[in-house]
Amino acid sequence: MARDLRSSLIAVVALTAVFGLAIPALFTGFAQLAFSSQADGSLIKVDGKVVGSRLAAQGFAKPQYFHERPSATTPAYNAGATTFANLGPTNPDLAKAVRQRAAAILKLERPFNPGLTIHGIPVDAVTTSASGIDPDISQAYAQLQAPRVAAVRHLPLATVKSLINDNTDGRSLGFLGELGVNVLELNLALDRQQGR
Amino acid sequence: MGQGIGQIVVYAAVLIALAYPLGLYMARVYLTPAFGGRFLGSIERGFYSILRTDPRKEQSWKGYAKSVLVFSIVFFGLLYAIQRLQAHLFLNPDHLPGVPSHIALNTTASFITNTNWQYYGGEYTMSYLTQMAGLAVQQFVSAAVGMAVLAAVVRGFARRSTSELGNFWVDLYRSMVYILLPLTLILGVILVSQGVPQTFSGHATARTLEGVTQTIARGPVALMIAIKQLGTNGGGFYNSNSAVPFENPNGLTNFLEEIAILLIPAAQVFMFGKMVLARRHAWMVFAAMFAVFAIGVGIAYPAEQHGSQVLRASGVNITQGQGQSGGNMSDKEVRFGIANTALWGTITTDASNGSVNGGHDAFTAFGGAIPLVNIFFGEVIFGGVGSGLYGMFFYIVIAVFIAGLMVGRTPEYLGKKIEAREIKYAAVGALFVPTMVLTMAAVSVVTNLGLASVFNPGAHGFTEALYAYTSQANNNGSAFAGYGATNFSAEFGTVALLLGRFAPLLAALALAGAFAGKKTAPVSAGTFRTDGPTFVVLLVGVIILTAGLMVFPALTLGPIVEGLSH
Repeated sequence: MARDLRSSLIAVVALTAVFGLAIPALFTGFAQLAFSSQADGSLIKVDGKVVGSRLAAQGFAKPQYFHERPSATTPAYNAGATTFANLGPTNPDLAKAVRQRAAAILKLERPFNPGLTIHGIPVDAVTTSASGIDPDISQAYAQLQAPRVAAVRHLPLATVKSLINDNTDGRSLGFLGELGVNVLELNLALDRQQGR
Repeated sequence: MGQGIGQIVVYAAVLIALAYPLGLYMARVYLTPAFGGRFLGSIERGFYSILRTDPRKEQSWKGYAKSVLVFSIVFFGLLYAIQRLQAHLFLNPDHLPGVPSHIALNTTASFITNTNWQYYGGEYTMSYLTQMAGLAVQQFVSAAVGMAVLAAVVRGFARRSTSELGNFWVDLYRSMVYILLPLTLILGVILVSQGVPQTFSGHATARTLEGVTQTIARGPVALMIAIKQLGTNGGGFYNSNSAVPFENPNGLTNFLEEIAILLIPAAQVFMFGKMVLARRHAWMVFAAMFAVFAIGVGIAYPAEQHGSQVLRASGVNITQGQGQSGGNMSDKEVRFGIANTALWGTITTDASNGSVNGGHDAFTAFGGAIPLVNIFFGEVIFGGVGSGLYGMFFYIVIAVFIAGLMVGRTPEYLGKKIEAREIKYAAVGALFVPTMVLTMAAVSVVTNLGLASVFNPGAHGFTEALYAYTSQANNNGSAFAGYGATNFSAEFGTVALLLGRFAPLLAALALAGAFAGKKTAPVSAGTFRTDGPTFVVLLVGVIILTAGLMVFPALTLGPIVEGLSH
């Protein structure tokens, strides 16, 4: 027992020093040298100022921008405190939230998209993401928003649609994962298009 | 669904292709006396000399168990202290306060036991020091403890007429340095290159395009994520775990993390085959595990693609295709879609990993029942690193025993007679945890203290409580995450975590000690063969009959009633 205790005490200190401090420090140094942008959080700068990260939604609400998926964080799109919504598949609160989100989308998009009904809203548009900061929307949800963005910005619809294609992340290696449109990058591209 | 099924099939193929050679390598790590060569060997000998332990001196099962327990208790103290004192320590750029005592207690037990159940949100609760030098160290160490115990247990089957099972310190060191560390560094580098942060700078602040100030949490994430997956830990840096883009940015990282979740547990089956010279038998054990995995994903994927009752009734478009994944996208991420979230939910609970890339609480009733049942099986469908296979031995011994009863002959396993003592250890190992889970879940739904944690109404709320104690006691760590932290749930959970880890661990070592002392008998015509498909069917049957039937009544109260309601 005493021998185990002595060995354990030494091992705990040695393993923490090596696996908890030395190796992470060396690894961080390597990461900062080899992949500095990714290691710092894939931040996007415009004119030297950080405007966000390509890996975090930021809660677009203005009509000239594409909007992201709903977020359950407090406040919404909090990239400092991620969370699920945790509403079960039969929870009445989920039904209510989905109804309200769908109604808000119809109200916002119908003026630009008169034929739109609830059956035309893709499911990712009315459900919270798992992280609360999902940077992507489905192509279907981007297409749904395209007429509004084009009209508000006085851009040809074809231009907006081609920007959607440019900012769609394909599957990794061509087959892993699903397609997603990166909303921050798409909105930045729109602003750049118009020289803002 | 073809694209999704294709991804799952590719996953299974790559997993087997990597696990087989890794298993053979791991057998060499544990079997070769001077494995490291001259340079690495001298570092290894240096470690033993500062511990003042003789690596050539082997231990009985009791001596081995004592070393495991003392080592775990000492680490328990350090990890608890770091959390409580983090406000006064270094590497805390965001000035987080100390962790509250009951959360720290539960978290310490959770990480010591390779569970990584999280009653906290990492990015706003734990300092970089706590994440890196506290929690992530345990992700290496608790994994290595499980791997070491497995090595000892396998020696018990391989050896005869001895009481010696190996040296804990040697097995611990080799698991960490020769197996976990190189794999972690490789995966860590790939993750950083894809966008997982690794920095000591505090949170970033952005001014968004609409002029709002946004706080972006980051830190030394990548290395922790690599070991969290490889060591079947599952405890993430961020609250939403592997769903957060900073832990899992794209389809490639998702695929590699999914591989990492099952890689070592799958490889250990082949390691076992080589160490006991029974490769065909090992393939049959692998086949049994793989069959249960395939059934699980085969149910979970269509269930999630079919969508939840609420979404189906809402009228929105949940059809796959036309630019979307469709299905139950509640608490799921667009870049993973349905197939990869269902696959992840299945394998993270086949393994005792418990990391999630989508919210299990929002899974459909039947989609969410698969993770629950997987965990309830005792984390033996590949299971935790080490603990998965040593847990499977309980079922194997019971299966062989039942086969022996059927032909009226003393059963043998790997040439050794199974007698009363072995059956007792195996029964304790297989039944202790499920019994405890059902008891604790029952207590937590009939007391006001327990009910305070339940988040969703109705049958789903019951499933949350059942899942919470199933996950903690079986050392998985995934959650129906609406289930909340109270002082009661944190402390009650601590009991589940510790008993659920150490009771089966001790039963496995005792079983191995009993087997090691036996002579081997030659195979005869009456020996039940464990290297054919009959054995696979029997083993899967025994798992379903023991654990499956125990959980079934509880399932009818939770997922089944929910799945059949509108």
